[in-house]
Amino acid sequence: MTPSLTLGPVLFNWPVDRWRDFYARIADEAPVDTVILGEIVCFKRAPFFATAMDAVVDRLTAAGKTVWLASPILVGSERELAAMRDLTAADGDDAVPTGATLIEANDMGALARLAGRPHAVGPMINLYNEATLAWLAGRGAVSVSLPAELPAASVATLAKAGCDLGVAVEVQVWGRAPLAISARCYHARAHGLHKDGCQYVCGNDPDGLPVATMDGQPFLTVNGTQTLSHGCLCLAAELEALAAMGVGRFRLSPHAVDMVRVAEAFRAVLDGRREGRAVAAELDGLIDAPLVNGFFHDTAGARHVGGAARFQSGKEKPLSQKDKGSMS
Amino acid sequence: MDGFELICPAGTPAALRAAVDAGADAVYLGFRDETNARNFPGLNFTREDVAEAVAYAHARKVEVFVAINTYPQAGGLGPWRRAVDDAARLKVDAVILADLGLLDYAAGRHPDLRLHLSVQASAANADAIQLYREAFGVRRVVLPRVLTVPEIARLNAQVDVETEVFVFGGLCPMAEGRCSLSSYATGLSPNKQGVCSPASHVRYEPRGAALASTLGDFTINVFGADEPAGYPTLCKGRFVARDTPAYLFEEPTSLNAMDLLPDLKAAGVRALKIEGRQRGKAYIGAVVRAYREALDAFAAGRPVPRSADLQAMVEGGAQTTGAYKRAWR
Repeated sequence: MTPSLTLGPVLFNWPVDRWRDFYARIADEAPVDTVILGEIVCFKRAPFFATAMDAVVDRLTAAGKTVWLASPILVGSERELAAMRDLTAADGDDAVPTGATLIEANDMGALARLAGRPHAVGPMINLYNEATLAWLAGRGAVSVSLPAELPAASVATLAKAGCDLGVAVEVQVWGRAPLAISARCYHARAHGLHKDGCQYVCGNDPDGLPVATMDGQPFLTVNGTQTLSHGCLCLAAELEALAAMGVGRFRLSPHAVDMVRVAEAFRAVLDGRREGRAVAAELDGLIDAPLVNGFFHDTAGARHVGGAARFQSGKEKPLSQKDKGSMS
Repeated sequence: MDGFELICPAGTPAALRAAVDAGADAVYLGFRDETNARNFPGLNFTREDVAEAVAYAHARKVEVFVAINTYPQAGGLGPWRRAVDDAARLKVDAVILADLGLLDYAAGRHPDLRLHLSVQASAANADAIQLYREAFGVRRVVLPRVLTVPEIARLNAQVDVETEVFVFGGLCPMAEGRCSLSSYATGLSPNKQGVCSPASHVRYEPRGAALASTLGDFTINVFGADEPAGYPTLCKGRFVARDTPAYLFEEPTSLNAMDLLPDLKAAGVRALKIEGRQRGKAYIGAVVRAYREALDAFAAGRPVPRSADLQAMVEGGAQTTGAYKRAWR
């Protein structure tokens, strides 16, 4: 299987012009195979991007990219439910531009609507084991993107199960890790505002709002109702191991940096032209955050294990049994 | 519809007896391992404990639910499947599950076992809930704490499944089962190990007159000399955004939805759940008794009594109706 690069959906509230221009450059220059589009964090932002969606899909498909649409992470209100139902409608509803080939479900409601049709399972669906993977495959999942917090042993088991079931398995290898979703908007809250009158303050922070500890140590990133890591998840040095496990798809999560360069660097590793460790070192500092890979190494996600990259905590130490948790 | 069912927590056999004696309609508990979302040292039930708990509760016409609501580890499904098998063998009244693969196993292997969907599955809309109903025969869904009461009412109008909501105790500001904050700071998560902000990773450090609480490598709060120091649950910590230290995600506060009983009834909610399997028997007894009295009064059309006991039980003395009211967002 030829390893494949995926560009996940833009998670942040960028101005629509920036969003359109970003994808135009991706279409022209980025060596990614699949591009996933959609506003998955906040329903209030979706109308802005809807105006440019058809043009962006056209531009990407004309450039030979496979385009998928992602469903929202949290679907609670009637309006959110209606939008999710439009997106996942079986009869090619207007909400799905011609050219988009699959829907990626990020909530169980979307998964319900997509049953019996080929679809993708996004990283916001709780997929932790091979029994769940088999159940998903039986309902039409052709590709699954694993949750960021899975350790290597779980990824290996799931990748093998995916090979047996004919389901492609994807792992996020670059970009801040999604950690939580809420009904409450923390961007609004940080500005003394309410979600209903948020003034779209999330638009001020194209890579999210930095959250530090009271000691001033960078810790998390707020993106509206979503909370992300501060550290930039990077598994460039682990790409070879992932491929050996049977992982065939590698996801880059967009940030307001040169994503073409990121894609080229990962492509070079997948093609065997560059060392993963060297690429990790090159990309370190591209966004203003240290590289982290702790989830994969079965320790705190904020940590970086191995290599010469900077440490999130500054406390470099080998993994102790305690760090590894009770189930390792 | 009859009155609300009152679903009460137990982390120990003593707490179970306290809950039963104080008027619980059902008690929920977990086995003593990583298969449940309150996998704390010294807490939870052996198989023998569960057998005794079922005998004690059933003799008093109280039901027992077993929470097997973490996500089974890839390549190691055994403990979770044995937990389901043993719960069925011990004749508990329902199991509370979250994982799709485990629900599939339970529905196939134990067709007569009543299945409830854990809050950890975070089923927040009618389509999600119908999936669990149709695929596995789930009879009741514990709703995630992300919905307003009007949203719950609309949801109940669309599904043929009973709904259960949290009314008292700890409050996750994040959608439950969809949060890796603890995992990011400590490597241990609610979904994988059944722990959040585990005590094994907590430190308290004096800093002059102040006291810092840390979790893993991160400071979660710094308390001044005049402030009571709380446990560093990550999402209840004080952090700095836009140069301002604040309780960014949630204040140290407890959920108490007692004032919303008429609204929850009108919304079609079947059962009310009290959080707190980590709590001692005195706490459990007092909270369950207060809610029992309130529900009895409500069912009889009498004014709901204000419990001084309950006010004393809430974290830091502060309480909230959480996501049930839109202003929380």
